[in-house]
Formats: sequence, C-alpha cells, structure tokens
Amino acid sequence: MAAPIDSSNRSATISVLVENEAGVLARVIGLFSGRGYNIDSLTVAPVEDERGRSRINIVTSGTEMVIEQIKAQLDRLVPVHRVADLTREGPHIAREMALIKVCSTGNDRAEALRLADAFRARVVDATIGSFVFEMTGSTDKLDAFVDLMRPLGLAEVSRTGVAAIARGTRVI
Amino acid sequence: MSQTLAATRNPAAADMQSGAEVLLRALKDQGVEVIFGYPGGSVLPIYDAIFKQDTIRHILVRHEQAAVHAAEGYARSTGRTGVVLVTSGPGATNAVTGLLDALMDSIPLVCLTGQVPTHLIGNDAFQEADTTGITRPATKHNYLVKKSEDLARVVHEAFYVARSGRPGPVVIDLPKDILIAKAPYQGVPEAPHRSYRPVTHPDPAQIVRAVAAMKQAKRPVVYFGGGVINAGVAASDALTRLVRKTGFPCTGTLMGLGAYPSNDPQFLGMLGMHGTYEANLVMHGCDVMLNVGARFDDRVTGRINAFSPDSTKIHVDIDPSSINKNVRVDIPIIGDAGVVLEALLAAWDADPTPSESQAVAGWWRQIAEWRGVDCLKFTQTRDRGGIIKPQYAIQRLYELTRETGRETLISTEVGQHQMWAAQYFKFDKPNQWMTSGGLGTMGYGLPAAMGVQIAHPDALVIDIAGEASILMNIQEMATLAQYRLPVKVFILNNQYMGMVRQWQELLHGGRYSESYSEALPDFVRLAEAFHGVGMRAESVDQLDDVIREMIACPKAVIADICVDQKENVYPMIPSGAAHNEMILGAGHGRHAAEITDEGLVLV
Ligand SMILES: Cc1cc2nc3c(=O)[nH]c(=O)nc-3n(C[C@H](O)[C@H](O)[C@H](O)COP(=O)(O)OP(=O)(O)OC[C@H]3O[C@@H](n4cnc5c(N)ncnc54)[C@H](O)[C@@H]3O)c2cc1C
Ligand SMILES: Cc1ncc(C[n+]2csc(CCOP(=O)(O)OP(=O)(O)O)c2C)c(N)n1
Ligand SMILES: [Mg+2]
Repeated sequence: MAAPIDSSNRSATISVLVENEAGVLARVIGLFSGRGYNIDSLTVAPVEDERGRSRINIVTSGTEMVIEQIKAQLDRLVPVHRVADLTREGPHIAREMALIKVCSTGNDRAEALRLADAFRARVVDATIGSFVFEMTGSTDKLDAFVDLMRPLGLAEVSRTGVAAIARGTRVI
Repeated sequence: MSQTLAATRNPAAADMQSGAEVLLRALKDQGVEVIFGYPGGSVLPIYDAIFKQDTIRHILVRHEQAAVHAAEGYARSTGRTGVVLVTSGPGATNAVTGLLDALMDSIPLVCLTGQVPTHLIGNDAFQEADTTGITRPATKHNYLVKKSEDLARVVHEAFYVARSGRPGPVVIDLPKDILIAKAPYQGVPEAPHRSYRPVTHPDPAQIVRAVAAMKQAKRPVVYFGGGVINAGVAASDALTRLVRKTGFPCTGTLMGLGAYPSNDPQFLGMLGMHGTYEANLVMHGCDVMLNVGARFDDRVTGRINAFSPDSTKIHVDIDPSSINKNVRVDIPIIGDAGVVLEALLAAWDADPTPSESQAVAGWWRQIAEWRGVDCLKFTQTRDRGGIIKPQYAIQRLYELTRETGRETLISTEVGQHQMWAAQYFKFDKPNQWMTSGGLGTMGYGLPAAMGVQIAHPDALVIDIAGEASILMNIQEMATLAQYRLPVKVFILNNQYMGMVRQWQELLHGGRYSESYSEALPDFVRLAEAFHGVGMRAESVDQLDDVIREMIACPKAVIADICVDQKENVYPMIPSGAAHNEMILGAGHGRHAAEITDEGLVLV
C-alpha cells in the first residue's frame, strides 16, 4: 500500500532545457493551461547558441503528486532535453530582476531613495518627479521592496520572472 | 521549362526532386504501403506525386475524420504506423477528432496536412488554419516544415516519434511552396533523436522488488491494458506465460482485450464500469496488483479513494507520466511491457522464494464463488417472433464467426453495443479488437473497419455498431464500395442512443431527453444505395440466418439487428461508486448504490 498521499501544496522551481524550435514555448504553456497547473512565473531564453537550446524556468505550485506529474508531463514533450526540479535536487539560487517606477516628491521621494539604497536597488533613471529602480534578488525580496514602495508613489513594475540554477558543480 | 533551365544552371539541383517527391520517397523508406486521404488545393503537389508512382496505395475516404480512424484501424490491427493525408483548413480541422482519438488510445499515426504557402501564413489566406496550434493538444507532437532542407528529416523524425515510447499521432504541416520547391533527400537517420529517447529497459532493482511482492501475494491479480498490445505480439505472449506460470488471476481493460486469451480460465473478464463482478471484486480485494500497460482510467478505478484499498501496487508503463497520475503506486516500473514481462518471468524463476500457492488457491475458491453469480447471464426467449436480446446477438455473432474458422477482426462504434461486444465477444489474440476507448468517438467503427480490411483483405472484418453511431460516418459505405471492401456492419438497433438512455433511466429519473433515434433510415435500403447488401433480423428465429448470410456475403453488408430497446448494460459501477458497489442486472437482486451529487457530476 502506497504511503498516504501528501495533500499539502508546495512551490517548485523547475528548469527545463529544450530544443530551441518553433512552438516549444506554446507546448509548455499549453500543457500548464490544458491540465490546469499553476504558473507563478515563467522565463525563457536561448542559453546554448551553438547547440540551439533554450532554458525555461517555471515556478509552480501544487501537491507533491501534481508536481511529479508536471515534471513527467514536461519530460515527455518531444523537444525537451531535461527537466530539473531545483527545489528538490539540492540547494539552488533563484533570482529575478525588476524595474520599479516610483513617482513622488518631497519626503516620499527621499524615503523611496533611502529604502532603495538599503535594498541595494540601483537608480537607472531619474526625473524630478520619478525614479526607476533596478533590483535583482529573490522573488520575496522584490515583493517586499515593491510593497514598501506602494505608499511612496509606486507607479509601475516590470519583472523578468525567475531565473534559477543549482548551487555548486551540479548542472542541468 | 523553367525547371530544366534551373537544373542546367545549378548542377546540384539536378538530382533534387520536388518537396512532394521527397516526401513520398521518405514515406517509402519508412515502409509505408497505404495512405488514407482526401485531396484539396494545398496538397495537389502530393497528389500529383502519388499519381506518378505505384508503390504507395492511396485510399480515398469520404470525410477526413474517417481517414484518421481508418489509419487507426490499420495501425491497431497490424502494429504499424498509420498514414493520413488531408488538405489545409477544413481538411485539417476535420481530422482533429481522429487525432485526439489516436492520442487518447496511444495509436501511432503520421498525419500530413496541407498548408498555405509560407509567405501567406498568418494572413487569413484561403483555407488557412493554424493547424499546428489547433492540433498541439491533440497530437503527441507536430511540425510545420518551413524549409525545404528540413522536409526529409522531419518526415523520418515524425515516424520515429509516432511509434516510439507511448505511441501517438504526429502531424506534419506542409506549406504548398515547400511541396513544390526542390528539396534535398536524406535517408532514415541512424543517430539517436536529439531529445526524445524513451526508456524501454526497466531498472533491475524494481523488477526484483516486484517479484518479491508477487511471491508473497496471497490475493494477487494481474491487470493488463492497451500498453501490452502497443508493445507487440510478443508482449501478449509474455503476459500469457507470466500469468500461467504464477497461477494468478488476470483481468483486462477495454483496450487490453485480446492480450490474454479471453476463453482461458485464468481470465476474469474485463474490469471497470461495465466489467465483470469477479474482476472488480478481485481488484477491490487483492493484496498485490500487477498493472501492465494500463493507466488507471476513471472508467476502471471508480471512486479513487475506494479503489483497491489494501493492495501493494506494481505499475509497468513506458510513459512516466502514467505513473502516480490517478493512483499512487508502490513499485513503479518504467519500460516496455514486453521487455518488462520477460524480465519478470526471468526474475520469478531466479527468486528461490516459493510463492504463496496455498493462499492463492484459497483466493481462487473465493473467485469461484463470485463467478458463481454469473453476472453476464441474460435470458433469451426462443419463441418464434421473440425479441432479440443484444447480448444474445453478440454471443451468436461470436459463435458463428468462430465456426467459420476465419480470422475475425472486430471494430465498434460507441455505446451499449460496444460494451456488449467487449463482454460477449471473446478474443484469443491481440490486434483483433479495435475500439475507441479513451475518447469514445461515435463514428469510429466503420472507418476503422475499413482500415482493418485494407490491411487484412481476406479476413472477416465486422463493425459492431449502434444505429445512432453508424450515422456519424455512414458516408464511408461509398469508400467500401469503391475499393470492394467486404466490411460487415452489424447494427444492434435499439432505436435509442442506448447508453444515453441507460444513464437517463438510472440517473435522471427516466426522462429520456433527446435520446430516441427518431426518423431512422431504412438500413437495408441504405446498404443497397451504397452498392452493398442489406439484411434485417426482427426476431430471434431470424438471427442465425442473417448472421450466416452476412458472413458468407462477399460484399459490404449492413445487417440491421432489431434488439430489445430497454436492455441495459450490466454489471455497472455507477460513476462515483466503488468497485464493491456494483449494480447487477435484473434477476440478480442487487440494486443501485445511492448515487451522490458528486457521482452525478462525473461522466
Ligand atoms: C462507453 C465506454 C465505456 C467504457 N467502459 C470501460 C470499462 O468498463 N472498463 C474499461 O476497462 N474501460 C472502459 N472504457 C475505456 C476507458 O475509457 C479507457 O479507454 C480504457 O480503460 C483505458 O485502457 P488502458 O488503461 O488499457 O489504457 P490505454 O489507453 O490503452 O493506454 C495504454 C497505457 O499503456 C502505456 N503503454 C503504451 N505503450 C506501452 C508499452 N510498449 N509498454 C508499456 N506500456 C505502454 C501507455 O503509456 C498507457 O499508460 C470505456 C469506454 C467507453 C467509450
Ligand atoms: C461523437 C460523440 N457524440 C456523442 C457521444 C455521447 N454518446 C455516447 S454513447 C451515445 C449513444 C450511442 O447510441 P448508439 O450508437 O445507438 O449505441 P447504443 O448505445 O444504443 O448501443 C452517445 C450519444 C459520443 N460518445 N460521441
Ligand atoms: Mg442504439
């Protein structure tokens, strides 16, 4: 008899190495929407030009059984080379980048700049009435910073989604 | 003229052929003998190339959906890959149902679709459809060929993908300019595929664990499915040897029928919603379950949390996504069913532990008791003019075809007749039973039978049909006439969408909303209109004569068998119920488990 099913949800950061061919992203996204899986974040870019491969990083959540299913479903797509569950396969680093526009003046403006400094966000554009901060970090850190900016004139956010990689010598 | 000019200017182009010719050459190299198709503007270059050769035969269907089902029938009855050719736009969209049918039932197909020329793609051009977009969730994989130099490679790759691992349909979308332009040829590649390499050989440690569990089993069962058929005839043979060697009882899914001889005493019949009493109670009560090539479909498991609650589950499947999808298993084995079964046989012999044969004998005594219920029993009056029971019609069809000693292959439509065929027709070999299981596509059976007959010209090929389903692809009677295919359509005519009527009777208070087959055609005259032979049996005394006449007829036949309109398929596990909450038929004195609202939402 199989162990009782763990029905609690967990978050998973999954990296997928794919053949860089037309339609591959549509296949991955279609798989998630067609089967009702969550996509919390998704990034894609070519990573091995000479071999024509791209890497897709997906942050998803579900029960252990659903996450196992997601990995198996991804792995059976024809253009997929490898699927790695970074959350499970040892320590990993996950980062995203955000561009955050804050429009304010006076005290709010000064406070925004101070907080940006504390969070190591860079000012990449400034006018008299606005800043654009560039910030790289974990999703949580970005969330925290964006929340802090809200009362200080947060106007617009543009985020890349998560890029992730295993720590140490391990490769996908 | 312009071609010769081009050739003289560019010597390399001299031995290049048009895309359409390269396509046919690749198909030949893949061993393709038959294409099921329907022409149109965008595929005219392919039709032209077909015209100029005589290695590959083209069967002209009357609807693209039928082309796909015909290719499915061809594939399922031979173990080869079926090939379909349709035009762009409506040709491709008409094929979609068939593609999804093949995906759900793991049937290897390659479907060539025409496409508008590359420079018009995206312009809403005449008969343009986003075919790769539409078919993405209906295929195992699909390709849009945008460069001539990719053409031959893509065709070879498509065949590899269609037949490898868990088989399925693959679409190749072919813009018209690619079919016309010169393209280089490239043979079947020897190098392995870049990314798609399914595992066929199991992890030996899992085999050892599985055999250890099987040796300790006191109440074992082998539950086999369509994956054994996918794995080839040798896998069915290995399954049979393993079941006999272990002495375990076995049961099969709708898709697995024939993988183990149905007349063998160790076979308990089909399991699941309309499976036998003994098969379902064995599944419910077993302590070790060996699933080979079946996917714990909801038609089989019933209520998931009540499914086989006390068993150690071993699951053999070539597709890792089938493992732990619906049911959590203890010993997963990823690999080809044939290879795994041979490994299990060897490991069973190598493991010195004796099996629990005493306990298993006790289990067989329990099974004998369940069998004693005789759940498939029915009462057929023999009075002159008596109404034919549909079960009896199938039973006689089985017995009379068997008497002829001819190879008999059966396809079905979808509905009650399909279930009665599964219950009362016995298959002793794989690849003789073609049915739409996963998608349940009405209209599958006639074109599938057509494909089967193409592959087996001398065999007796019968589509067991319902009067409603048969109308969904009835136009294929014309294809039968054109190619003189002597397919027999055996209609269990209950004048109802019987399966719908049954659910309405049991679940919707007998309100038969829109399930009566009103204004039916005269099937005898319909057969004649299509150059076939029509016959009818209205009462039990006419049944045997009609069946005999049908079998003996050298032409396509529609036999309209008028059967009891009120008959239901039993046993039945209502949706949302557990295996031990089965309803047996009238005369068995067991009644419906309470049907809950949760049950009612299920299909
Ligand atoms: C009206 C109706 C009623 C139905 N009632 C029932 C019923 O009572 N009982 C029933 O059983 N079904 C019933 N079905 C059919 C049901 O819907 C499913 O189609 C069927 O149960 C699935 O069969 P399967 O589990 O054998 O899997 P298949 O669909 O045949 O899938 C095959 C499995 O084997 C794997 N596989 C493929 N190739 C290999 C290989 N080479 N080696 C190893 N594994 C491989 C695949 O990955 C897959 O998991 C009914 C259908 C209809 C339309
Ligand atoms: C294309 C399609 N449409 C609808 C259904 C739903 N459906 C399943 S069985 C059935 C009735 C089939 O009637 P018939 O062919 O007469 O078979 P019977 O059940 O009477 O044997 C219907 C409508 C289906 N399976 N396929
Ligand atoms: Mg009917």
